[in-house]
Amino acid sequence: MAVATPRPRRAAASHRRPGTIPLSRGAAVALLVLGALITVLPFYFMFVFATHTRGEIFNLPPPVWFGDNLGQNYGSLLERTPFWRNLWNSFYLAAMTTVTTLFFCSLAGFGFAMYNFRFREPLFGVVLATLLIPNALNIVPFALIMQAFGWIDTPRALWVPGMASAFGIFLMRQYIGSAIPRELVEAARIDGATEFGIYRRVILPLCGPALATLGLVTFINSWNNFLGPLIIFRSAQTFTAPLALRSMQGLVNTDWGALMCGVALTVVPLLVIFFFASRQLIEGLTSGALKG
Amino acid sequence: MRAGTSAATPRLSLGARWNNFQRRYAPYIFISPFFILFAVFGLFPIVFSLYLSFHEWQPAAGLGSMEFVGWRNFTDNLTDPTFWQSLRNTAVIALESGIPQHLIAIPLAFAIHMGLRRVQGLVTALYFLPYITSVVAISVIFVTIFSWQYGVLNVLLTGLRNLPLIGGLFPAEKINWLGNREFLQPAVASVVVWRYVGWNVVLYLSGLQAIPRDLYEAASVDGATTWQQFRHITLPLLRPIMFVAVTLTLIGNLQLFEEPYIIAGDSGGIGNMALTTVMYMYRTYNFYSDAGLAAAMSWLLFILIGGLTFVNNRVFGRGRLSGSD
Repeated sequence: MAVATPRPRRAAASHRRPGTIPLSRGAAVALLVLGALITVLPFYFMFVFATHTRGEIFNLPPPVWFGDNLGQNYGSLLERTPFWRNLWNSFYLAAMTTVTTLFFCSLAGFGFAMYNFRFREPLFGVVLATLLIPNALNIVPFALIMQAFGWIDTPRALWVPGMASAFGIFLMRQYIGSAIPRELVEAARIDGATEFGIYRRVILPLCGPALATLGLVTFINSWNNFLGPLIIFRSAQTFTAPLALRSMQGLVNTDWGALMCGVALTVVPLLVIFFFASRQLIEGLTSGALKG
Repeated sequence: MRAGTSAATPRLSLGARWNNFQRRYAPYIFISPFFILFAVFGLFPIVFSLYLSFHEWQPAAGLGSMEFVGWRNFTDNLTDPTFWQSLRNTAVIALESGIPQHLIAIPLAFAIHMGLRRVQGLVTALYFLPYITSVVAISVIFVTIFSWQYGVLNVLLTGLRNLPLIGGLFPAEKINWLGNREFLQPAVASVVVWRYVGWNVVLYLSGLQAIPRDLYEAASVDGATTWQQFRHITLPLLRPIMFVAVTLTLIGNLQLFEEPYIIAGDSGGIGNMALTTVMYMYRTYNFYSDAGLAAAMSWLLFILIGGLTFVNNRVFGRGRLSGSD
């Protein structure tokens, strides 16, 4: 670790910590490894348990290596719940939320970043202020309104209100304001583009990275949402994956093998996304909190 | 909308007028979807819930059955021992999960920042993983891990108990994590800690990266040890980030719902020990069908969250949470 790499930036980086002594570094590494183990172990057990029968999961000692009951668990899972249907519902909900959020937030971000108009700052302040309203305040009226609209048990009850988010507008405004020069917009105007045309042909194609980040964040939040679907969806056919898991978790006779199989199916898409885009995701999720 | 706008510029051609018109109103149209959605699904519900909190109403009986009851929903909540217990549970779980979260995250972030330049991204990602994973899925896994007779955790503790020298630190008997009044809250809290440590690590890490390097160089030239550097440079300069992180934890923890709901069940677990206020509110609305009472409860919780955030702001933060300018 102490070997300086030929690149000058690296050398500067290691030079700036002359106070670090090997012992404290060893302790730090040990601490980090232990923490990482604690972080990862529950995921490991999730996959291990998914391949065991209920009896084996609650055995002494519990299984620490994969068993051969995955097929059975999978069969039992599909017997108890329309799980692929539930996964599809989750996907549909997340996809609708994501696509609409990307459109409306980039449009609003463009509006806030590139135009000077009356009440721009106060309106943006309102957008930010909505971030501070606790969700808890909204639970009861949300349920009542959806009841009144007749939207109970339909996915639009969740994706329509989620079409534009304050966080998304904030993110897009920051990005468009800092990454896209105003001259580009002026030039397009001189060329006779309409304002929406400028958004469509100039802004949108340049927003790739921010759209990717916002899309990932929105998709994952929607996929993991529990309280919203819990209020809206009433039948096994309309359940999202987390609700299906919850419904399988009975008081007495839970088939833990099948349940774990369902848990794994719910989590694997997230792990795949995370594997390919963890950096973008982390930056996206925290940028709201940090630069905000 | 405003005919005067176009009439005031009669010399311009129709096309130019259209251009002016759309240029002027385009931004308002572009930002309007959010405000329309917020009005319908954010502002109106909140106003409605305030109205509702002063009424007695069984939603199934229709709007006509709404009856004004003044402050009664609020006084009913404030004299309901279960409401107070839910508040106490929320506060205890919030503290038991909130404090360790930060006490673990700050040193971890410091260790990653100081020690692991090359694998920093990987390690950070690893710690962040729980945050993006479905709470329901994770809580289900922890239910099996916490299982009394056969759970992995108790087996591990028994194993550690048998170690020489440090074995005495670990409990002699298996702990009934989810079936014991004393251990249910710490069990729920530990899942919350597990889930949010990585999030806070990332927050603190970006705070650390913003601290100018020459400060450390100057300090080490003056002979400061790593600990002194941490104590006198890192901690004070981390304060703004700490404020943001603590505020987010505060707001999140006071609205805890999913973890206790899955781990302890909608009953709130043994002795209602894991019944948080949001869970109780959900129960009041969903099972007791008392919308007014539930709405009043949400306002009481809101006042509490707002009050604590304000106190936190005064004591801890110098700036505002969303100082966009």
